[in-house]
Amino acid sequence: MTTEPKLRIDGLTIGFGDRIVQHDVSFTVAAGSIFAIMGGSGCGKSTLLKAMIGLLRPSAGTFHVGDEDYWAASDRRRAAIGRGFGVLFQSGALWTSMSTAENVALPLRMLTTLDDASIRALVAVKLALVGLGAAGDTMPADLSGGMRKRAGLARALALDPAILFFDEPSAGLDPISARRLDDLIRELRDGFGTTIVLVSHELPSLFEICDDGVFLDAETKTVIAHGAPRQLRDACDHPIVHAFMNRERPPGDQALAGDANERR
Amino acid sequence: MTAIEGRGWSARGEGTETVIALSGDWIACTNGVEPGTSQSILAAGAKSLRFEAERLGHWDSALVAFLSGLRDAAIHAGIAVDETALPASARRLLRLVARPPPAPPPPSSVSIPGRIGLWTIAGYDEFIEVLALIGNTCLRSVAALGGRAAMRGTDLLDCLRDAGPGALPIVTIVNLLVGGILAFVGAVQLRAFGADIYVASLVGIAVVREMAALMTAIIMSGRTGGAYAANIATMQGNEEIDALQAIGIPVFDYLILPRVLALTAMMPFLYLYGCAVGIFGGFVVAVVTLDLSPIAFIDATEAAVSASQFGLGLAKSVAFGVLIAIAGCRVGLRAGRSAADVGRAATTAVVAGVVGVIALDALFALCADALGI
Repeated sequence: MTTEPKLRIDGLTIGFGDRIVQHDVSFTVAAGSIFAIMGGSGCGKSTLLKAMIGLLRPSAGTFHVGDEDYWAASDRRRAAIGRGFGVLFQSGALWTSMSTAENVALPLRMLTTLDDASIRALVAVKLALVGLGAAGDTMPADLSGGMRKRAGLARALALDPAILFFDEPSAGLDPISARRLDDLIRELRDGFGTTIVLVSHELPSLFEICDDGVFLDAETKTVIAHGAPRQLRDACDHPIVHAFMNRERPPGDQALAGDANERR
Repeated sequence: MTAIEGRGWSARGEGTETVIALSGDWIACTNGVEPGTSQSILAAGAKSLRFEAERLGHWDSALVAFLSGLRDAAIHAGIAVDETALPASARRLLRLVARPPPAPPPPSSVSIPGRIGLWTIAGYDEFIEVLALIGNTCLRSVAALGGRAAMRGTDLLDCLRDAGPGALPIVTIVNLLVGGILAFVGAVQLRAFGADIYVASLVGIAVVREMAALMTAIIMSGRTGGAYAANIATMQGNEEIDALQAIGIPVFDYLILPRVLALTAMMPFLYLYGCAVGIFGGFVVAVVTLDLSPIAFIDATEAAVSASQFGLGLAKSVAFGVLIAIAGCRVGLRAGRSAADVGRAATTAVVAGVVGVIALDALFALCADALGI
């Protein structure tokens, strides 16, 4: 198995210029766990993810990968740490001018000194792992939404990362495809022992696969609950978290509910 | 069988069974995948395969690639594989890799005559579509002038600002330099005959009749035609054009008409401005380096440049504007949906614009010659 990665975020504040998106965010991700970053639309989940994958420098706080302070490291060192990350973007973010297999091969070609035969063998295995063994020559434009996500996942796996980040993995997928992707994420964790951080608000996926998580609030702009999604659903007292996890109306929205009832 | 071994594995025969002992670390990014291992292991002719994994260290997809290649080759050769001694996590991954891939679609092949036929049909379609686009432009422009087109005023203003004032700096620089260069080139030849003063006529006629319209069109083709193509191609990729069509907003009126009208309207102004700047460039060179008197230069220019030459230049600039705008929009609308397609569309639009402008200029030269202008 790969070495013990562990992520620790301490008092992180993220934002754009003067606008603070989230402040004082703290949590740890245990090695080999599937960790959820939850919250309503627009609460800053994806922005937090950006700070974790090196796309947005936080304005305060620290982010440790293992024992290393990711943002305090030099650019070169940060890039080296980043090679241990695999990222699946929301839309798959495949490079549209290359075939699926070339998409998976590019990180291997650019960042390793492997020979062509090795790269071909590894690309074939990664595509087979995500169930796209026969789609290597297909261009991204000809893939369905679910297949694009899988191809993006195969590319994220290209360098055998110790940590995988997923931005809304099952958004826009039909229930069966979403379920298959959930199973695949768990199989990959169980197989490779990868630590997985995923941003999502798809409740069935969260309950199904996540061991731990944090809930970000858009109003107070910080973490309002810690714990596994299932546990938050059953035992969290915070009204917003309770409403979110159980797909109920938050307490303040009763007026709207009344209207709906009257119309019925 | 004699024992054989490779990087991280060794195989030995035990009766009809081959035992593969895995050892050490299997890290894909540093070690890669050893080629030809399955063949050498199966070449011993065993009836079944078994693994030993007690000495296996860290592993990742390199091991999965090795094991799945070996397993597939063994199954293909009818050899039984016993995976029980492998780590449970590796067995899970092997199960994932084993899922049968869906059958690939049959490859389509077209014969050479068939291909020529398809090209011909595509060429004909393209020709018809461009004609339709030009016709549509004329019809909808008339409608727009009557206020009956679904075009937003702000879009037209934006396009006008971009195609007119936005282009002034580069039009100034290029035409100023072209005027100056013409004066220099003319001066060297004309001085030999003591005909320095004709530099003014040369600059005036060349700029007004040809260079101002041509250079401005080439600049606008690179600057604005390429931008139109890239802009519309990106919208195509984002499904923005599909959205317009689905809602029922006419794509032509909304996207293409403002661009064509704006460039067509602005080109004559840019042409006139280009003439003024070009003649000024020639004037500066002539006065500063050739010691011509300013008054003599202005007089000679006035005498040389006639209204019909301005008319010809203006007609050209309008035609160039229509051509560049239509080429840019057409290429953008036809573009594919990937990032590479956007780049290709911009390139195609610029190339089509520049070649089209020069071809059209040749046509104008023939017509002007026939009319004796």
